[in-house]
Amino acid sequence: MKSFLSVFRSLAMLEKTVEKCCISLNDRSSRLVVQLHCKYGVRKTHNLSFQDCESLQAVFDPALCPHVLRAPARVLVEAVQPFPPALAEVTLGIGRGRRVILRSYQEEEADSAIKAMVTEMSIGEEDFQQLQAQEGVAITFCLKEFRGLLSFAESANLSLSIHFDAPGRPAIFAIEDSLLDGHFVLATLSELDSHPQTLHAQEEPQRPEPRLPVHSTPHLDLDDFAADDMDSYMIAMETTLGSEGSRALPSTSLSPGLQHPCSSSPHSEEEDDDMEPSTVPGTPPPKKFRSLFFGSILAPAHSPQGPSPVLAEDSEGEG
Amino acid sequence: MKFRAKIVDTACLNHFTRVSSMIAKLAKTCTLRISPDKLNFVLSDKVANGGVSMWCELEQEDFFSEFQMEGVSAENNEIYLELTSENLSRALKTAQNARTLKIKLTNKHFPCLTVSIELQLSVSSSSRVVTHDIPVKVIPRKLWKDLQEPTIPDADVSIYLPVLKTMKSVVEKMKNISNHLIIEANLNGELNLKIETELVCVTTHFKDLGNPPLASKNASQDRNSEQMAEVHIDIRKLLQFLAGQQVNPTKATCNIVKDKIVHFDLLHEDVSLQYFIPALS
Repeated sequence: MKSFLSVFRSLAMLEKTVEKCCISLNDRSSRLVVQLHCKYGVRKTHNLSFQDCESLQAVFDPALCPHVLRAPARVLVEAVQPFPPALAEVTLGIGRGRRVILRSYQEEEADSAIKAMVTEMSIGEEDFQQLQAQEGVAITFCLKEFRGLLSFAESANLSLSIHFDAPGRPAIFAIEDSLLDGHFVLATLSELDSHPQTLHAQEEPQRPEPRLPVHSTPHLDLDDFAADDMDSYMIAMETTLGSEGSRALPSTSLSPGLQHPCSSSPHSEEEDDDMEPSTVPGTPPPKKFRSLFFGSILAPAHSPQGPSPVLAEDSEGEG
Repeated sequence: MKFRAKIVDTACLNHFTRVSSMIAKLAKTCTLRISPDKLNFVLSDKVANGGVSMWCELEQEDFFSEFQMEGVSAENNEIYLELTSENLSRALKTAQNARTLKIKLTNKHFPCLTVSIELQLSVSSSSRVVTHDIPVKVIPRKLWKDLQEPTIPDADVSIYLPVLKTMKSVVEKMKNISNHLIIEANLNGELNLKIETELVCVTTHFKDLGNPPLASKNASQDRNSEQMAEVHIDIRKLLQFLAGQQVNPTKATCNIVKDKIVHFDLLHEDVSLQYFIPALS
């Protein structure tokens, strides 16, 4: 893409001088030819070499997703603005009072003495053009990719629809206008891999608020030593994709191979906890550890989850 | 232990944000000391900091419309928290158009300073809430003695600083030549920054700076006002200090204890900052 983009690098120059642009394929020399017909008879020809390749067809259908969110891109851009630029993943969900919550997702490293700052943004329902999801549902996906597609949608002044399902199922980000429509499919962290994040909507400080469990789907009854991302990826390679149908998950940058310790869902915590003098400073909260060795517990029929960039139908049979 | 505070005034919020951003540039990790009247950002002179120490003080009344705290105990009505300065600075920077900002000490799995910001970006948008949970480490009482206000040493020379931006650009260029800087000043309003290497010596002279009245009474009579008092310091420490000053302070004084320490005493409106750089051994 870089070489293609470099042809169109200077928008200002293009607008001023280019009258016509012709794009054609020269099969014989394997070149994509981009010809810019400019003012004063100047013609710029760019020959970009290309390679034939198999393309992965993502199989998805936004209509199958039970939950939908729709808002102008600007609202979502404002929503992700408070998050640190380096943050990899974010959790999006519906909190109390039908507020849309975005929360930074941190992979908890049990040994890490330096805990990371957690940021949460809560937006009222009225900022959304459509909100079809119950309180408590949430998904976690790559923030970097989300920012990328948001900046595109914002520059074109479009609304963005987010179609999603249970954690682990791909989330579909759709934009549409008279000239184009785009679907960006991102993998989401499955419940196995993430520790259940609780989202809360900040309201009056006087009322102590109980935390909401995020997932409306029942907590999967698996041993705490279930596989992490790396193992589910490896298992997926071995087993046939079952009755779920093939769900290809293209381009995602959720990194596999991370250990996600599973913490017990904190339901009883009050938000405004005052510090007890007996609190021992600096001790990490009790956590259960995951082990890579227990990956095989995962039943083979279990559909592959988490980020697996190579889950595509075997197209060897076709031409 | 309890701590809750609220800022509703935009000017106060911006000033507090600037202070936290300055602290973030001066110290990666620092201690926040909360007492009934004041907030302090403290860096104690440990080996890990290269012997540099910092004491920043602000009166809570100047910033917060509401302020409640309850220390560790009635006799020790203070709270000492260690935190990563950048977290606080980043959290406050997201409060640009905030209606209100609340800070409170909470315990969410681990002790946190929770910064809660209410935003209203436009008349048509909903009211939005941004929450940042900044992890903190509660410092036990037995370590408090190392985090007290430093005693101001008796300076040999006390002088007002030139425009900090100018000083910074000079020091920045000097850093490329040598890490060893000599800072010297006299009671005649003259301050010099010197570097000496085998190949070259570079000195920048600042004149007519003015001297504040000296605190110690004995020194002034005997001293020849032209005589320079000097300290050899690590130039990077000076540069880090100068880089932290984005705005020119209301008042800036430099106190030199010959061959021992340089003490910078700044006042940014109502926030005082003291920064100590020890001499190179």
